[in-house]
Amino acid sequence: MGFDLDAAWRLHTQVAVRPEPFGALLYHFGTRRLSFLKDPLLTDAVRSLPDHATARAACVAVGVPDPVPADVAGALETLAQTGMIVRRDPS
Amino acid sequence: MSGTTVTEDRPGLATAGSPAPKLVDLFEQGLQSPICLTWELTYACNLSCVHCLSSSGRRDPRELSTAECFAVIDELQKMQVFYVNIGGGEPTVRPDFWEIVDYATAHQVGVKFSTNGVKITPEVAARLAASDYVDVQISLDGATADVNDHVRGPGSYATAVRAMEYLAAAGMTGFKISVVATRHNIGQLDTFKALADRYSATLRITRLRPSGRGADSWDDLHPLPGQQRELYDWLVANTTGPDGAPVDTVLTGDSFFHLAAYGDALPGLNLCGAGRVVCLIDPVGDVYACPFAIHDSFRAGNVRDTGGFTGVWRTSDLFADLRIPQKGGACTSCSAYGTCRGGCMAAKFFTGLPLDGPDPECVKGYGQTALAALDAADLAAVPKPDQDHSHRTTRAARPVPVTIGRTAPMSTRAVSACEDDPLAGFSLRSAG
Repeated sequence: MGFDLDAAWRLHTQVAVRPEPFGALLYHFGTRRLSFLKDPLLTDAVRSLPDHATARAACVAVGVPDPVPADVAGALETLAQTGMIVRRDPS
Repeated sequence: MSGTTVTEDRPGLATAGSPAPKLVDLFEQGLQSPICLTWELTYACNLSCVHCLSSSGRRDPRELSTAECFAVIDELQKMQVFYVNIGGGEPTVRPDFWEIVDYATAHQVGVKFSTNGVKITPEVAARLAASDYVDVQISLDGATADVNDHVRGPGSYATAVRAMEYLAAAGMTGFKISVVATRHNIGQLDTFKALADRYSATLRITRLRPSGRGADSWDDLHPLPGQQRELYDWLVANTTGPDGAPVDTVLTGDSFFHLAAYGDALPGLNLCGAGRVVCLIDPVGDVYACPFAIHDSFRAGNVRDTGGFTGVWRTSDLFADLRIPQKGGACTSCSAYGTCRGGCMAAKFFTGLPLDGPDPECVKGYGQTALAALDAADLAAVPKPDQDHSHRTTRAARPVPVTIGRTAPMSTRAVSACEDDPLAGFSLRSAG
Protein backbone atom coordinates (compact mmCIF):
# COMPACT_ATOMS: atom_id res chain seq x y z
CA MET A 1 0.00 0.00 0.00
CA GLY A 2 1.22 3.46 -0.76
CA PHE A 3 0.09 6.92 0.06
CA ASP A 4 -3.19 7.92 -1.55
CA LEU A 5 -2.25 11.13 -3.30
CA ASP A 6 -5.75 11.49 -4.66
CA ALA A 7 -7.44 11.63 -1.29
CA ALA A 8 -8.04 14.72 0.82
CA TRP A 9 -5.74 15.11 3.85
CA ARG A 10 -5.05 17.50 6.69
CA LEU A 11 -2.84 17.76 9.75
CA HIS A 12 -4.13 15.99 12.84
CA THR A 13 -5.76 18.54 15.14
CA GLN A 14 -3.23 17.76 17.89
CA VAL A 15 -0.23 18.41 15.65
CA ALA A 16 1.78 21.62 15.82
CA VAL A 17 4.14 22.75 13.05
CA ARG A 18 7.31 24.55 14.08
CA PRO A 19 9.19 26.18 11.21
CA GLU A 20 12.93 25.55 11.12
CA PRO A 21 15.58 26.69 8.63
CA PHE A 22 15.68 23.23 7.05
CA GLY A 23 11.92 22.76 6.88
CA ALA A 24 9.86 22.08 9.95
CA LEU A 25 9.42 20.06 13.05
CA LEU A 26 6.03 18.49 13.71
CA TYR A 27 4.90 17.61 17.20
CA HIS A 28 1.91 15.47 18.03
CA PHE A 29 0.60 16.30 21.49
CA GLY A 30 -1.37 13.07 21.65
CA THR A 31 1.40 10.62 20.84
CA ARG A 32 4.33 12.86 21.89
CA ARG A 33 5.87 11.98 18.58
CA LEU A 34 8.24 14.34 16.87
CA SER A 35 8.83 14.35 13.12
CA PHE A 36 11.21 16.35 11.00
CA LEU A 37 10.44 17.63 7.56
CA LYS A 38 13.85 18.08 6.05
CA ASP A 39 12.74 20.10 3.08
CA PRO A 40 10.94 23.45 2.80
CA LEU A 41 8.96 22.27 -0.21
CA LEU A 42 7.62 19.24 1.62
CA THR A 43 6.82 21.53 4.54
CA ASP A 44 4.82 23.83 2.26
CA ALA A 45 3.00 20.87 0.79
CA VAL A 46 2.02 19.55 4.22
CA ARG A 47 0.82 22.95 5.33
CA SER A 48 -1.31 23.37 2.23
CA LEU A 49 -2.99 19.96 2.45
CA PRO A 50 -6.24 21.34 3.90
CA ASP A 51 -6.57 23.90 1.10
CA HIS A 52 -6.74 21.37 -1.70
CA ALA A 53 -9.07 18.59 -2.73
CA THR A 54 -6.22 16.12 -2.99
CA ALA A 55 -2.71 15.73 -1.64
CA ARG A 56 -1.49 15.75 -5.25
CA ALA A 57 -3.07 19.15 -5.85
CA ALA A 58 -1.53 20.48 -2.66
CA CYS A 59 1.91 19.29 -3.76
CA VAL A 60 1.64 20.70 -7.25
CA ALA A 61 0.35 24.03 -5.92
CA VAL A 62 3.54 24.59 -3.92
CA GLY A 63 5.83 23.57 -6.76
CA VAL A 64 6.38 19.83 -6.33
CA PRO A 65 6.65 18.29 -9.82
CA ASP A 66 3.81 16.20 -11.23
CA PRO A 67 3.99 13.20 -11.19
CA VAL A 68 4.77 13.58 -7.51
CA PRO A 69 8.19 12.01 -6.82
CA ALA A 70 8.26 8.80 -4.83
CA ASP A 71 10.25 10.39 -2.01
CA VAL A 72 7.53 13.00 -1.43
CA ALA A 73 4.81 10.37 -1.45
CA GLY A 74 6.96 8.27 0.88
CA ALA A 75 7.37 11.13 3.33
CA LEU A 76 3.61 11.73 3.31
CA GLU A 77 3.03 8.03 3.85
CA THR A 78 5.30 8.15 6.93
CA LEU A 79 3.32 11.09 8.27
CA ALA A 80 0.06 9.27 7.65
CA GLN A 81 1.28 6.10 9.35
CA THR A 82 2.32 8.04 12.42
CA GLY A 83 -0.95 9.94 12.62
CA MET A 84 0.58 13.31 11.87
CA ILE A 85 -1.70 13.77 8.89
CA VAL A 86 -5.16 12.25 8.55
CA ARG A 87 -7.74 11.90 5.82
CA ARG A 88 -10.52 14.43 5.75
CA ASP A 89 -13.83 14.59 3.92
CA PRO A 90 -13.28 16.11 0.52
CA SER A 91 -14.99 19.46 0.32
CA MET B 1 4.92 4.73 22.03
CA SER B 2 7.01 3.04 19.46
CA GLY B 3 9.67 3.70 16.89
CA THR B 4 12.10 6.18 18.28
CA THR B 5 14.95 6.32 15.94
CA VAL B 6 16.09 8.89 13.50
CA THR B 7 15.65 7.40 10.11
CA GLU B 8 17.89 8.67 7.39
CA ASP B 9 16.82 6.61 4.48
CA ARG B 10 14.95 9.08 2.34
CA PRO B 11 16.51 11.05 -0.45
CA GLY B 12 15.98 14.77 -0.46
CA LEU B 13 13.51 16.64 -2.56
CA ALA B 14 15.11 19.90 -3.55
CA THR B 15 18.37 18.16 -4.20
CA ALA B 16 17.09 15.29 -6.25
CA GLY B 17 19.85 12.87 -7.05
CA SER B 18 22.00 13.84 -4.09
CA PRO B 19 21.52 12.46 -0.60
CA ALA B 20 19.30 14.36 1.83
CA PRO B 21 21.12 16.22 4.55
CA LYS B 22 21.43 14.14 7.68
CA LEU B 23 19.49 15.38 10.68
CA VAL B 24 22.70 15.47 12.63
CA ASP B 25 24.14 17.95 10.14
CA LEU B 26 21.01 20.09 10.18
CA PHE B 27 20.97 20.12 13.96
CA GLU B 28 24.64 20.96 14.18
CA GLN B 29 23.81 24.44 12.91
CA GLY B 30 21.17 24.94 15.55
CA LEU B 31 17.42 25.31 15.63
CA GLN B 32 15.03 28.23 16.05
CA SER B 33 14.14 26.83 19.46
CA PRO B 34 15.54 23.98 21.49
CA ILE B 35 13.80 20.66 20.95
CA CYS B 36 13.58 20.26 24.65
CA LEU B 37 15.53 21.69 27.49
CA THR B 38 16.50 21.02 31.04
CA TRP B 39 15.20 23.43 33.63
CA GLU B 40 16.56 23.20 37.13
CA LEU B 41 14.01 24.86 39.36
CA THR B 42 16.02 25.00 42.56
CA TYR B 43 19.45 24.29 43.97
CA ALA B 44 17.79 23.18 47.18
CA CYS B 45 18.02 19.46 47.81
CA ASN B 46 17.50 17.11 50.73
CA LEU B 47 20.38 14.97 49.47
CA SER B 48 24.08 15.62 48.82
CA CYS B 49 24.91 13.18 46.03
CA VAL B 50 28.64 13.04 45.51
CA HIS B 51 28.29 13.36 41.71
CA CYS B 52 25.67 16.14 41.63
CA LEU B 53 26.08 18.03 38.35
CA SER B 54 24.85 21.26 39.88
CA SER B 55 26.52 20.98 43.31
CA SER B 56 23.06 21.33 44.81
CA GLY B 57 22.09 21.53 48.45
CA ARG B 58 21.13 25.04 49.49
CA ARG B 59 18.49 27.18 47.82
CA ASP B 60 19.83 30.23 46.02
CA PRO B 61 17.96 33.30 47.27
CA ARG B 62 17.95 34.70 43.73
CA GLU B 63 16.00 31.78 42.27
CA LEU B 64 13.20 32.60 39.82
CA SER B 65 9.89 33.53 41.42
CA THR B 66 6.68 31.76 40.50
CA ALA B 67 5.74 34.66 38.22
CA GLU B 68 9.14 34.54 36.52
CA CYS B 69 8.77 30.80 35.98
CA PHE B 70 5.37 31.41 34.38
CA ALA B 71 6.96 34.00 32.09
CA VAL B 72 9.57 31.46 31.00
CA ILE B 73 6.81 28.99 30.23
CA ASP B 74 4.97 31.63 28.19
CA GLU B 75 8.13 32.04 26.13
CA LEU B 76 8.57 28.30 25.72
CA GLN B 77 5.00 28.06 24.46
CA LYS B 78 5.59 30.84 21.94
CA MET B 79 8.87 29.25 20.84
CA GLN B 80 7.07 25.92 20.49
CA VAL B 81 9.28 24.07 22.90
CA PHE B 82 6.99 21.16 23.47
CA TYR B 83 8.75 19.50 26.35
CA VAL B 84 10.94 20.35 29.34
CA ASN B 85 12.93 18.16 31.68
CA ILE B 86 12.58 19.67 35.12
CA GLY B 87 15.24 18.93 37.68
CA GLY B 88 17.30 20.56 40.38
CA GLY B 89 18.32 20.22 43.13
CA GLU B 90 15.16 18.45 44.18
CA PRO B 91 12.48 20.34 42.26
CA THR B 92 9.57 19.03 44.30
CA VAL B 93 10.73 20.86 47.42
CA ARG B 94 9.72 24.16 45.81
CA PRO B 95 6.37 25.06 47.37
CA ASP B 96 5.11 26.19 43.95
CA PHE B 97 6.35 23.07 42.13
CA TRP B 98 2.91 21.74 41.19
CA GLU B 99 1.71 25.20 40.28
CA ILE B 100 4.59 25.48 37.80
CA VAL B 101 3.97 22.00 36.41
CA ASP B 102 0.27 22.72 35.95
CA TYR B 103 1.00 26.05 34.30
CA ALA B 104 3.39 24.35 31.86
CA THR B 105 1.03 21.58 30.85
CA ALA B 106 -1.81 24.09 30.46
CA HIS B 107 0.42 26.01 28.04
CA GLN B 108 1.40 23.17 25.72
CA VAL B 109 4.68 22.47 27.44
CA GLY B 110 4.89 18.85 28.58
CA VAL B 111 6.91 18.04 31.68
CA LYS B 112 9.19 15.26 32.76
CA PHE B 113 10.65 15.86 36.18
CA SER B 114 13.50 14.16 37.98
CA THR B 115 13.20 13.46 41.67
CA ASN B 116 14.82 11.45 44.40
CA GLY B 117 11.29 10.56 45.51
CA VAL B 118 11.20 12.48 48.76
CA LYS B 119 7.87 14.19 48.03
CA ILE B 120 6.17 11.33 46.23
CA THR B 121 3.21 10.40 48.42
CA PRO B 122 0.30 8.10 47.50
CA GLU B 123 -1.69 11.26 46.67
CA VAL B 124 1.02 12.63 44.39
CA ALA B 125 1.40 9.24 42.74
CA ALA B 126 -2.33 9.14 42.01
CA ARG B 127 -2.17 12.58 40.50
CA LEU B 128 0.79 11.64 38.29
CA ALA B 129 -0.91 8.45 37.16
CA ALA B 130 -3.89 10.51 36.02
CA SER B 131 -1.88 12.97 33.92
CA ASP B 132 -1.06 12.46 30.25
CA TYR B 133 1.38 15.34 30.16
CA VAL B 134 3.57 14.78 33.18
CA ASP B 135 6.21 12.10 33.38
CA VAL B 136 8.42 11.33 36.35
CA GLN B 137 11.94 10.05 36.61
CA ILE B 138 13.24 8.54 39.84
CA SER B 139 16.98 8.81 40.33
CA LEU B 140 18.67 5.65 41.54
CA ASP B 141 22.39 4.99 41.25
CA GLY B 142 22.58 1.52 42.68
CA ALA B 143 20.32 -1.51 42.30
CA THR B 144 21.02 -2.22 45.96
CA ALA B 145 21.00 0.12 48.95
CA ASP B 146 24.73 -0.18 49.61
CA VAL B 147 25.78 0.84 46.11
CA ASN B 148 23.13 3.55 45.80
CA ASP B 149 23.56 5.10 49.21
CA HIS B 150 27.32 5.32 48.80
CA VAL B 151 26.73 7.88 46.06
CA ARG B 152 23.36 9.37 46.98
CA GLY B 153 23.48 9.23 50.77
CA PRO B 154 22.04 7.13 53.60
CA GLY B 155 18.37 6.30 53.23
CA SER B 156 18.14 7.48 49.63
CA TYR B 157 17.59 3.98 48.26
CA ALA B 158 14.68 3.41 50.62
CA THR B 159 13.19 6.78 49.64
CA ALA B 160 13.39 5.96 45.93
CA VAL B 161 11.91 2.50 46.38
CA ARG B 162 9.06 3.91 48.48
CA ALA B 163 8.30 6.38 45.68
CA MET B 164 8.32 3.61 43.07
CA GLU B 165 6.01 1.50 45.21
CA TYR B 166 3.56 4.39 45.45
CA LEU B 167 3.72 5.05 41.71
CA ALA B 168 3.17 1.40 40.87
CA ALA B 169 0.32 1.12 43.36
CA ALA B 170 -1.34 4.15 41.77
CA GLY B 171 -1.18 2.42 38.39
CA MET B 172 1.49 4.69 36.94
CA THR B 173 3.37 2.70 34.32
CA GLY B 174 6.27 3.73 32.14
CA PHE B 175 7.81 6.11 34.62
CA LYS B 176 11.56 6.29 34.33
CA ILE B 177 14.22 4.91 36.65
CA SER B 178 17.26 7.04 35.94
CA VAL B 179 20.68 5.57 36.62
CA VAL B 180 24.04 7.25 36.24
CA ALA B 181 26.48 4.54 35.18
CA THR B 182 29.40 4.27 37.59
CA ARG B 183 32.25 1.91 38.32
CA HIS B 184 30.15 0.44 41.13
CA ASN B 185 26.86 -0.20 39.37
CA ILE B 186 27.80 -1.37 35.89
CA GLY B 187 27.82 -4.92 37.25
CA GLN B 188 24.18 -4.37 38.28
CA LEU B 189 22.70 -3.54 34.90
CA ASP B 190 20.56 -6.67 34.74
CA THR B 191 19.37 -6.08 38.28
CA PHE B 192 18.34 -2.53 37.37
CA LYS B 193 16.47 -3.89 34.39
CA ALA B 194 14.66 -6.43 36.56
CA LEU B 195 13.78 -3.67 39.02
CA ALA B 196 12.33 -1.53 36.24
CA ASP B 197 10.36 -4.49 34.94
CA ARG B 198 9.00 -5.20 38.40
CA TYR B 199 7.51 -1.68 38.54
CA SER B 200 6.49 -1.58 34.86
CA ALA B 201 8.94 1.29 34.60
CA THR B 202 11.47 2.19 31.93
CA LEU B 203 15.16 2.05 32.69
CA ARG B 204 17.21 5.06 31.67
CA ILE B 205 20.99 4.90 31.92
CA THR B 206 23.14 7.97 31.45
CA ARG B 207 26.75 8.90 31.59
CA LEU B 208 28.59 10.20 34.64
CA ARG B 209 30.12 13.62 34.04
CA PRO B 210 32.96 15.36 35.89
CA SER B 211 30.67 18.35 36.47
CA GLY B 212 29.65 20.00 39.73
CA ARG B 213 30.56 17.74 42.65
CA GLY B 214 31.19 15.11 39.98
CA ALA B 215 34.55 16.79 39.46
CA ASP B 216 35.57 15.60 42.91
CA SER B 217 34.15 12.09 42.63
CA TRP B 218 35.03 11.44 38.97
CA ASP B 219 38.27 9.58 39.65
CA ASP B 220 36.50 7.22 42.04
CA LEU B 221 33.32 6.70 40.09
CA HIS B 222 33.87 6.83 36.36
CA PRO B 223 33.74 3.44 34.66
CA LEU B 224 37.01 1.63 34.09
CA PRO B 225 37.98 0.94 30.47
CA GLY B 226 36.86 -2.71 30.62
CA GLN B 227 33.56 -1.64 32.11
CA GLN B 228 32.94 0.74 29.26
CA ARG B 229 33.04 -2.20 26.88
CA GLU B 230 30.72 -4.14 29.18
CA LEU B 231 28.32 -1.21 29.23
CA TYR B 232 28.44 -0.83 25.47
CA ASP B 233 27.73 -4.51 24.87
CA TRP B 234 24.86 -4.43 27.33
CA LEU B 235 23.37 -1.32 25.75
CA VAL B 236 23.65 -2.77 22.26
CA ALA B 237 21.93 -5.95 23.43
CA ASN B 238 19.21 -3.95 25.17
CA THR B 239 18.55 -1.36 22.51
CA THR B 240 18.28 -3.64 19.52
CA GLY B 241 15.39 -5.89 18.66
CA PRO B 242 15.69 -9.41 17.25
CA ASP B 243 15.43 -7.92 13.77
CA GLY B 244 18.23 -5.46 14.42
CA ALA B 245 15.86 -2.51 14.62
CA PRO B 246 16.19 -0.15 17.54
CA VAL B 247 13.78 -0.67 20.41
CA ASP B 248 13.17 1.50 23.40
CA THR B 249 12.86 -0.40 26.62
CA VAL B 250 16.16 1.03 27.82
CA LEU B 251 16.84 4.73 27.29
CA THR B 252 20.25 6.39 27.35
CA GLY B 253 19.64 10.07 26.95
CA ASP B 254 21.92 9.82 23.92
CA SER B 255 24.74 10.16 26.40
CA PHE B 256 27.03 7.36 25.27
CA PHE B 257 27.88 8.38 21.75
CA HIS B 258 31.57 8.27 22.68
CA LEU B 259 31.12 4.49 22.93
CA ALA B 260 30.13 4.30 19.27
CA ALA B 261 33.82 3.96 18.51
CA TYR B 262 33.53 0.32 19.63
CA GLY B 263 31.48 -0.43 16.55
CA ASP B 264 27.92 0.42 15.75
CA ALA B 265 26.44 3.67 16.96
CA LEU B 266 23.84 3.26 19.64
CA PRO B 267 20.37 4.47 18.71
CA GLY B 268 20.04 8.20 19.14
CA LEU B 269 21.09 11.42 17.61
CA ASN B 270 24.78 10.86 18.39
CA LEU B 271 25.52 14.52 18.50
CA CYS B 272 26.56 16.90 21.24
CA GLY B 273 23.37 18.96 21.34
CA ALA B 274 24.77 21.70 23.57
CA GLY B 275 23.42 25.06 22.46
CA ARG B 276 22.19 23.45 19.26
CA VAL B 277 19.16 21.42 20.26
CA VAL B 278 19.31 21.55 24.05
CA CYS B 279 20.33 23.89 26.83
CA LEU B 280 19.90 24.38 30.54
CA ILE B 281 18.02 27.05 32.47
CA ASP B 282 19.32 27.09 36.03
CA PRO B 283 17.37 28.13 39.14
CA VAL B 284 18.47 31.76 38.94
CA GLY B 285 17.62 31.95 35.24
CA ASP B 286 21.11 31.56 33.86
CA VAL B 287 21.12 29.77 30.52
CA TYR B 288 23.93 27.29 29.94
CA ALA B 289 24.77 25.27 26.85
CA CYS B 290 23.93 22.00 28.58
CA PRO B 291 23.16 20.59 32.04
CA PHE B 292 26.71 19.29 32.35
CA ALA B 293 28.36 22.63 31.70
CA ILE B 294 27.42 24.88 34.60
CA HIS B 295 30.42 27.16 34.26
CA ASP B 296 30.80 30.76 33.20
CA SER B 297 32.50 29.63 29.98
CA PHE B 298 29.23 28.05 28.89
CA ARG B 299 26.81 30.65 30.21
CA ALA B 300 24.95 32.24 27.31
CA GLY B 301 22.82 34.73 29.25
CA ASN B 302 19.92 34.94 31.66
CA VAL B 303 16.18 34.68 31.13
CA ARG B 304 15.88 37.96 33.07
CA ASP B 305 17.89 39.76 30.36
CA THR B 306 16.09 42.00 27.90
CA GLY B 307 14.93 39.64 25.21
CA GLY B 308 14.35 36.86 27.70
CA PHE B 309 15.12 33.24 27.01
CA THR B 310 14.25 33.68 23.35
CA GLY B 311 16.91 36.33 22.98
CA VAL B 312 19.51 34.18 24.67
CA TRP B 313 18.74 31.15 22.52
CA ARG B 314 18.66 33.03 19.24
CA THR B 315 21.28 35.74 19.64
CA SER B 316 23.89 34.80 22.23
CA ASP B 317 27.46 34.81 20.97
CA LEU B 318 28.23 31.60 22.81
CA PHE B 319 25.44 29.66 21.14
CA ALA B 320 26.38 31.12 17.76
CA ASP B 321 29.89 29.76 18.29
CA LEU B 322 28.61 26.35 19.33
CA ARG B 323 26.55 26.19 16.12
CA ILE B 324 29.57 26.48 13.88
CA PRO B 325 30.05 22.94 12.61
CA GLN B 326 32.70 21.44 14.81
CA LYS B 327 36.14 20.42 13.71
CA GLY B 328 37.76 17.28 14.92
CA GLY B 329 41.07 18.78 15.96
CA ALA B 330 43.34 16.03 17.18
CA CYS B 331 40.56 13.52 16.50
CA THR B 332 40.11 14.29 12.80
CA SER B 333 42.29 11.44 11.63
CA CYS B 334 40.60 8.88 13.91
CA SER B 335 38.46 6.34 12.10
CA ALA B 336 35.80 6.65 14.80
CA TYR B 337 35.40 10.41 14.60
CA GLY B 338 32.39 10.17 12.32
CA THR B 339 30.40 8.42 15.00
CA CYS B 340 31.82 9.64 18.29
CA ARG B 341 32.46 13.23 17.14
CA GLY B 342 35.00 13.74 19.86
CA GLY B 343 32.62 12.92 22.69
CA CYS B 344 31.36 15.17 25.45
CA MET B 345 32.36 18.82 25.60
CA ALA B 346 31.77 19.08 29.34
CA ALA B 347 33.75 15.92 30.11
CA LYS B 348 36.71 17.37 28.24
CA PHE B 349 36.40 20.81 29.79
CA PHE B 350 36.28 19.66 33.39
CA THR B 351 39.15 17.20 32.99
CA GLY B 352 41.41 19.80 31.39
CA LEU B 353 41.38 18.44 27.85
CA PRO B 354 41.02 20.71 24.81
CA LEU B 355 37.49 20.88 23.43
CA ASP B 356 38.66 19.78 19.98
CA GLY B 357 40.57 16.82 21.38
CA PRO B 358 39.53 13.37 22.57
CA ASP B 359 36.99 12.64 25.28
CA PRO B 360 38.63 11.61 28.60
CA GLU B 361 36.87 8.25 28.22
CA CYS B 362 37.75 7.83 24.53
CA VAL B 363 37.48 4.10 23.94
CA LYS B 364 40.51 4.16 21.67
CA GLY B 365 42.59 5.30 24.65
CA TYR B 366 43.48 8.72 23.21
CA GLY B 367 41.83 10.46 26.16
CA GLN B 368 43.98 8.60 28.66
CA THR B 369 47.06 9.48 26.65
CA ALA B 370 46.07 13.13 26.54
CA LEU B 371 45.32 13.17 30.27
CA ALA B 372 48.68 11.57 31.02
CA ALA B 373 50.38 14.27 28.98
CA LEU B 374 48.97 17.11 31.10
CA ASP B 375 51.77 18.66 33.13
CA ALA B 376 51.53 20.29 36.54
CA ALA B 377 50.68 23.67 35.05
CA ASP B 378 47.94 22.13 32.88
CA LEU B 379 46.49 20.35 35.90
CA ALA B 380 46.53 23.51 37.94
CA ALA B 381 44.60 25.22 35.15
CA VAL B 382 41.85 22.60 34.94
CA PRO B 383 38.61 24.60 35.20
CA LYS B 384 36.79 24.12 38.48
CA PRO B 385 33.02 24.14 38.72
CA ASP B 386 32.43 27.78 39.58
CA GLN B 387 29.32 27.42 41.69
CA ASP B 388 28.74 25.53 44.88
CA HIS B 389 25.40 25.22 46.59
CA SER B 390 26.45 22.23 48.66
CA HIS B 391 25.19 21.81 52.18
CA ARG B 392 27.87 23.18 54.46
CA THR B 393 28.11 19.90 56.29
CA THR B 394 29.04 17.15 53.91
CA ARG B 395 28.93 13.44 54.28
CA ALA B 396 32.20 11.80 55.08
CA ALA B 397 33.58 9.68 52.29
CA ARG B 398 33.15 6.01 53.02
CA PRO B 399 34.72 2.98 51.42
CA VAL B 400 32.65 1.31 48.75
CA PRO B 401 31.33 -1.95 50.11
CA VAL B 402 31.06 -3.68 46.76
CA THR B 403 33.09 -5.74 44.44
CA ILE B 404 33.27 -5.04 40.77
CA GLY B 405 31.79 -7.85 38.79
CA ARG B 406 30.69 -8.51 35.30
CA THR B 407 27.07 -8.53 34.34
CA ALA B 408 25.79 -12.06 34.04
CA PRO B 409 25.06 -13.06 30.45
CA MET B 410 21.50 -12.36 29.57
CA SER B 411 19.32 -15.40 29.32
CA THR B 412 16.87 -13.61 27.11
CA ARG B 413 17.56 -10.84 24.73
CA ALA B 414 15.83 -7.84 26.21
CA VAL B 415 14.40 -5.58 23.61
CA SER B 416 14.81 -1.87 23.74
CA ALA B 417 16.06 1.33 22.18
CA CYS B 418 17.77 4.38 23.39
CA GLU B 419 16.17 7.64 23.92
CA ASP B 420 17.57 10.40 21.79
CA ASP B 421 18.53 12.63 24.57
CA PRO B 422 17.76 16.04 23.42
CA LEU B 423 14.56 14.39 22.46
CA ALA B 424 13.86 12.67 25.72
CA GLY B 425 10.32 11.46 25.84
CA PHE B 426 9.73 11.89 22.18
CA SER B 427 9.29 9.40 19.46
CA LEU B 428 11.52 10.67 16.79
CA ARG B 429 11.22 10.10 13.12
CA SER B 430 12.42 11.91 10.10
CA ALA B 431 9.76 12.11 7.45
CA GLY B 432 11.46 13.93 4.69
